[in-house]
Amino acid sequence: MNPIEHLNKIFDSRIRIGIMSALIVNESLNFNDLKSLIDVTDGNLATHLKTLEEHKYIKVQKGFIGRKTNTLYTITSAGSKAFRAHLEALEKIIKGIG
Amino acid sequence: MQTAEKDESLKTLREIHSIMDRSARFISLSGWSGVWAGCIALAGAYIAHNWVVAQRHAYYSDAQFVLLALGVLVVAIIGGYYFTARKAKQNGQTLWNSASRQMLTNMAIPLAAGGVFSFALLLNGEEMYIAPAFLTFYGLSLINGGRYTLSEIRYLGYLELILGAANLFFLGYGLLFWVIGFGILHILYGIFMWNKYDNRQAEE
Repeated sequence: MNPIEHLNKIFDSRIRIGIMSALIVNESLNFNDLKSLIDVTDGNLATHLKTLEEHKYIKVQKGFIGRKTNTLYTITSAGSKAFRAHLEALEKIIKGIG
Repeated sequence: MQTAEKDESLKTLREIHSIMDRSARFISLSGWSGVWAGCIALAGAYIAHNWVVAQRHAYYSDAQFVLLALGVLVVAIIGGYYFTARKAKQNGQTLWNSASRQMLTNMAIPLAAGGVFSFALLLNGEEMYIAPAFLTFYGLSLINGGRYTLSEIRYLGYLELILGAANLFFLGYGLLFWVIGFGILHILYGIFMWNKYDNRQAEE
């Protein structure tokens, strides 16, 4: 079986990979945390977050700090499973098993 | 298997690990912050020592010693903040991010408990237990916060714990143990970290 077939199409984008990498090791992160980790514009980051949310890979909680909105992003168990499978597929490609 | 695909996958995995690491750990702690904190602690201990010696002719109250300790803490934090902010700027990292918040919260909890504990010891007239208690709580705080920063800080935490425990068996020597724990260990740790991280970065 070809491990490339196991690569998840949703994780084709560098930015979506970045978002998932950060969220898998943190309980939750806000928009600015993600922006400072990944080199990306606001609009671009928002679009990719939306895509991940639509696929139910991340959860969005809208909150407030004082009067400022503070939106928190959390990885879902489906998202974490999908991302781990993607990582495994990448590792298999590197090891040349397939 | 195509080498191009392998290279691409390797690059992606490296990026993933880099983001995981940067998002979960605050890596901009500067070695200079440790050296600075150690020097300030030594200066504070020197003043405290002079006060203890002068105690035969003059009276220094507990409150004055507490103010001295707080003063040392504030000056150490200001300097530590300055050096760390400078390093974060060099790294292009933000100072206030999820990792640094986690680190500070996890350090603050044992420290706050230690503060209350030490204050109660002082009120009960058990001054000789303050140094070992605070060294112990400080060690726990470093071990707890160390999960969110460069892992070497945890070893500093273990050493502080050992010192705190040792101090319990040599109760009259609190000041000496503070000099070792807060002064000398911080300076050695700072030089070690500077050598390992900051120095290498400067060369690059």
